Amino acid sequence: MTQLALVIDLNVCVGCHACVTSCKEWNTSGPAGSMCDDNPYGQDPTGTFFNRVQTYEVGEFPLTETVHFPKSCLHCEDPPCVPVCPTGASYKRESDGIVLVDYDKCIGCRYCSWACPYGAREIDEHQKVMKKCTLCVDRIYDEELPEEERKPACVLACPTNARLFGDVHDSESEISVTIREEGGYQLMPEWGTKPSNHYLPRRKTRMHIHDDELERADNPLNKEQRKPHGPIDEPTLDDSTSW
Amino acid sequence: MNPAFSVIFLTTLIGVGQGLFLALFTGQSYSAVKLLPAAASAEFYSIGGLIALLFLVGGLIASFFHLGHPERAWRAAAMWRTSWLSREVIALPTVMGLLFIYALMHYMQWDIVLFTSEAGAELSVSLIVGILGMLATFALFLCTGMIYACIKFLQEWHTPLTVINYTLLGTASGFVLATAFATYTAPGLLKFFGIWSIIITLTALITRVASLLRNRSIKYKSSAQTAIGVRHTKVKQITMGMMGGSVNTRDFNHHMSALFFKSIKWVFLLLVFIIPSILIWAGIEEANRTLLFSAFIVQYIGLIAERWFFFAQANHPQNIYYQTV
Repeated sequence: MTQLALVIDLNVCVGCHACVTSCKEWNTSGPAGSMCDDNPYGQDPTGTFFNRVQTYEVGEFPLTETVHFPKSCLHCEDPPCVPVCPTGASYKRESDGIVLVDYDKCIGCRYCSWACPYGAREIDEHQKVMKKCTLCVDRIYDEELPEEERKPACVLACPTNARLFGDVHDSESEISVTIREEGGYQLMPEWGTKPSNHYLPRRKTRMHIHDDELERADNPLNKEQRKPHGPIDEPTLDDSTSW
Repeated sequence: MNPAFSVIFLTTLIGVGQGLFLALFTGQSYSAVKLLPAAASAEFYSIGGLIALLFLVGGLIASFFHLGHPERAWRAAAMWRTSWLSREVIALPTVMGLLFIYALMHYMQWDIVLFTSEAGAELSVSLIVGILGMLATFALFLCTGMIYACIKFLQEWHTPLTVINYTLLGTASGFVLATAFATYTAPGLLKFFGIWSIIITLTALITRVASLLRNRSIKYKSSAQTAIGVRHTKVKQITMGMMGGSVNTRDFNHHMSALFFKSIKWVFLLLVFIIPSILIWAGIEEANRTLLFSAFIVQYIGLIAERWFFFAQANHPQNIYYQTV
């Protein structure tokens, strides 16, 4: 079985919102009609988005770190939003695990948005139906597109390659290997929703330079020349090996 | 959550309708086994049934205002295997249908006694319809309560007390209305319904206070740490990813001051439980219609406040992602 998903690397995300704008651009131009966007330049702009980039501050000044956190539907393996739907408009595809809404069946009762702990579903206040990330289902299977472009719009837009797309059930896929080797984790694991999208943690990149990397203790030249400092107490490589 | 008045009216109105029907049926079944003198007229059951039906219709109409596409509402019966909302959509018309038959049978006086025991207890067809109606009514209470109780991460709702409170509060309001209504058509049953209304109202007070106490010491399983997966004691949101607001900031918050929120709790405790109990107690003594109807109206207004508080109190974990409203 296939389960398509995204892996989002929080260590690499710079919070540029390119995924947000490309997502909105692609999906508002799609066959499902436009996603509402009221007062985009006015005082209280509001509208439907499938993807948002939020920013968090971790720690206390001055020891703080800024985490940019992109959030879209996590396409849970056990999605709590699907069984509550009274009409069956909300469903999870058997073939690839994408959670979708049939906009022609949705009655706009908002119950699924109550049943999503992540706030991933946003009702379109003009079309009055529930909308959410489709993993660009109208793009990833489009054979008109060159193969390298058959990916969600957000993944293609990311300038730092913080978003990876693939099958989490295929243990050898790029994203499965990344999740396994880079410590990929799920959001709010306490609810047992088993989100398919994973996040990669922030990682500190430090350069470790030891003294003996700056100054070779076993420098053979030291035999002939004046030593830069007094004799070293502990045994050196010279003491233990024969040249 | 942001309380939607369509849902508040839906749940309170069908509660009254269901409770009133339960009261009528209780009266009839007590009479059938001769625990009560058959003091109620046929109008008590037929007009009472019609009033209960009107409350259910009112609730149904209110529910349509909650939908983005009411013209597609018929589709909502499809997923009864998994969705409590879908089950409610089936249970509500079932109750309405049985109630209609029940009221019509009493109005037309179509009734056949099937069986009479030695002690004189009678089993009639209308009583069987009443039993079916009662079962459907309790099923509807269960569905309505479970719509909220089944969402496990809305921890204030995820408790059997939610279903119990919906059942008891609806039944209480129906019994209070039945008491007031009995002054016209069944004065002999006034005390019977009056005492039962007070008993049910006070039982509901115990269970509602139990849920308030439970929710006071609730420990939330989700935190900003689990929400974004960063293990640090200090995580603060700086931006929500939008400058104006969205459905997420509007639908999941009550947007009222903490003082208003807290005061509503005391308002509903007073209006739903204390004042109606006193009014009924005073009213049934001299069959004072004004007192009994005002007990119903006060309690109904209180129930609107109670339902508002029920929704407003629920703290949705998605709000962790939308803190800088």
